[in-house]
Amino acid sequence: MPDMSSRDQILAGIRRSLGRTKIEGEQAEALTRRLENSQPNLIPQRAQRPHADQVRLFVEMAEGVQTTVSRVASAADVPEAVADYLKQHNLPAELRLAPDEWLTGLPWARKKTLTIKTGRAEEPDAVSVTPAFAGVAETGTLMLTSGPGTPTTLNLLPETHMVVLKASQVVGAYEDGWKKLREAYPGQLPRTVNYITGPSRTGDIEQKILMGAHGPRRLHIVLIDD
Amino acid sequence: MKPTSHAFKSNATTALHDERLQRALGNMRSGFQDKRLAAIDKLPEFETLRDLGRDIKNHTLEHIDFYLERFESKVIQNGGHVHWARTPQEAREKILEICRSVDAKTVTKGKSMIAEEIALNDFLEESGIEPIETDLGEYIIQIRKEPPSHIIAPAVHLNQTDVEESFRKIHNDLPVDRPLSEPRQLLDEARAKLRNRFIDADVGITGANFLIAETGSTVIVTNEGNGDLTQTLPKIHIVLASLEKVVPTLDDAATIFRLLARSATGQEMSVYTTFSTGPKRPEDLDGPEQYHVVLLDNGRSAMLGTEFQEMLRCIRCAACMNHCPVYSAVGGHAYGWVYPGPMGAVLTPTLVGVQEAGHLPNASTFCGRCESVCPMRIPLPKMMRQWRKREFEKKLSPGTFRAGLGLWAFFAKRPALYQAVTGLAMRVLGRFGKDKGRFKSLPLAGGWTSVRDMPAPQGRTFQQLYRDKKRAA
Repeated sequence: MPDMSSRDQILAGIRRSLGRTKIEGEQAEALTRRLENSQPNLIPQRAQRPHADQVRLFVEMAEGVQTTVSRVASAADVPEAVADYLKQHNLPAELRLAPDEWLTGLPWARKKTLTIKTGRAEEPDAVSVTPAFAGVAETGTLMLTSGPGTPTTLNLLPETHMVVLKASQVVGAYEDGWKKLREAYPGQLPRTVNYITGPSRTGDIEQKILMGAHGPRRLHIVLIDD
Repeated sequence: MKPTSHAFKSNATTALHDERLQRALGNMRSGFQDKRLAAIDKLPEFETLRDLGRDIKNHTLEHIDFYLERFESKVIQNGGHVHWARTPQEAREKILEICRSVDAKTVTKGKSMIAEEIALNDFLEESGIEPIETDLGEYIIQIRKEPPSHIIAPAVHLNQTDVEESFRKIHNDLPVDRPLSEPRQLLDEARAKLRNRFIDADVGITGANFLIAETGSTVIVTNEGNGDLTQTLPKIHIVLASLEKVVPTLDDAATIFRLLARSATGQEMSVYTTFSTGPKRPEDLDGPEQYHVVLLDNGRSAMLGTEFQEMLRCIRCAACMNHCPVYSAVGGHAYGWVYPGPMGAVLTPTLVGVQEAGHLPNASTFCGRCESVCPMRIPLPKMMRQWRKREFEKKLSPGTFRAGLGLWAFFAKRPALYQAVTGLAMRVLGRFGKDKGRFKSLPLAGGWTSVRDMPAPQGRTFQQLYRDKKRAA
């Protein structure tokens, strides 16, 4: 197998350059422990405040990168908030909803004006609504995971992406997100984890920042104060 | 691409007289430097994080064989494939083989400097497969048939009018009189043009900012979402990465995230940081059916254990070139290969040879700004000096330069003589230059005085002044 030989030659070359043989025994065990019991390195102060402050910081940072946020008191108010947002921005009242059990279980039927399809995103879907795995306060970042109820295309293809997030899902630092993720998906991460910080943008023409390069032009969070 | 680094001097002269290029480069200060500073000011832990980032990478490089093997076994466990490539040719052939296995017609690409390094696009085209760059800057330079001039802003050398011109030429199915004078109009046109290409592509190829040994994940960082669509929509996702992209854990990657975007664009975090772990799962509604990682060596393993090992800490943020007085004067194309600026001046000679790229480590004033902004604290000037030394030892530098250096060394090794000669020279020059305070021309200093005046010395050497001051104190 030619692959094996390239592989072995590269590894042998590395060891020759570093002047040692393959790492084995106690040293290998120590490195394995470092991998299996991974600990956070330095976490910035701003990501270590009490939870209520983290939620405030999350909203502030998200708005700082042109994400918009509306807040509702309970999950039952979400359909109303989604419809309001679409109306305010003169967007069509048609949306592609993530086929997530909790999200589809919200009282969408109450908003008769909305046309709702579920599934993955297809052209020319203009608006998607998805849940999130977590929100990371330190930079106003959303953490989204792929799965049967949360196809990744919904996060990327439509021009407007709306995310429903509970305040209790907000964590301080990226590492807090990892901790949650390792607990929720022991042994194997989902195929895709998206950290999303604001709507898509580019500075490739004369360094002028423009929204909506290939991903969504608008990113809106409906935050449930649970 | 074929390197033209040997022609750096003439490339640079052309660049300095290119008005359009100079206008485009003028955007760099507010675009990169000021934003970086503002972002760092908001994170008091930034300097400590730089130390940690450096330590994480150093630890990884010392044990890189262990972490690569661990990464490989995790990828396989997740249902993916790993292919090791010693050379660009091996990497290209493996990628072609994977593309051919599904009879691929088109391939979408996220921005990848390794793909530039192995000249993948030309190779795919010659093999009858159409590569489509999807990053806006890469798309623009692909249709103009130009190489990137910057590692994170490939079209930074162009102005809006250049892009407009290219779009009118290539998108010739659209109305001739459509307005394209605003960047927004250009972006919307590119977005619309690329939309179906994303959906129709058979294979998506991306680079990787990180490979995570803990989970077998590959990570890309983008602002446009183009790389993310590239790796989600086609049947096959190929990741092309060099060996040194591996880090041990997700927590280690998180530490480096805090450095990357702030150093690169002055964002606190890039818009999309996407982790791919294996192919789609059976119950998933989207995602690729196959997931391949091509690991390229191309000289990296030979850099370990040498004075250039620290270069392998580089995370490709481009802060060094964004702050380099030479880069901002001549732009990236003058460097003549894939990697420009200070990081290119160190890396290019290792990858294409010091014979071809010897000019690059000489194209530095050693002002040290690159090292002072490098998030990984890579001692770039020190390594450029190493290359100059090697170039001198291999007798590659020009004769007059070697003779001049030899002459200087003769005096420098004899301090008393050196001080006597320089003391006399300063006295003479001080007297002659007293009236005007400057020289328009000087014997043996034409290289200096042909472009600017030489300020007249005040009559005494630094060492004389230093001695006096010390005595007075």
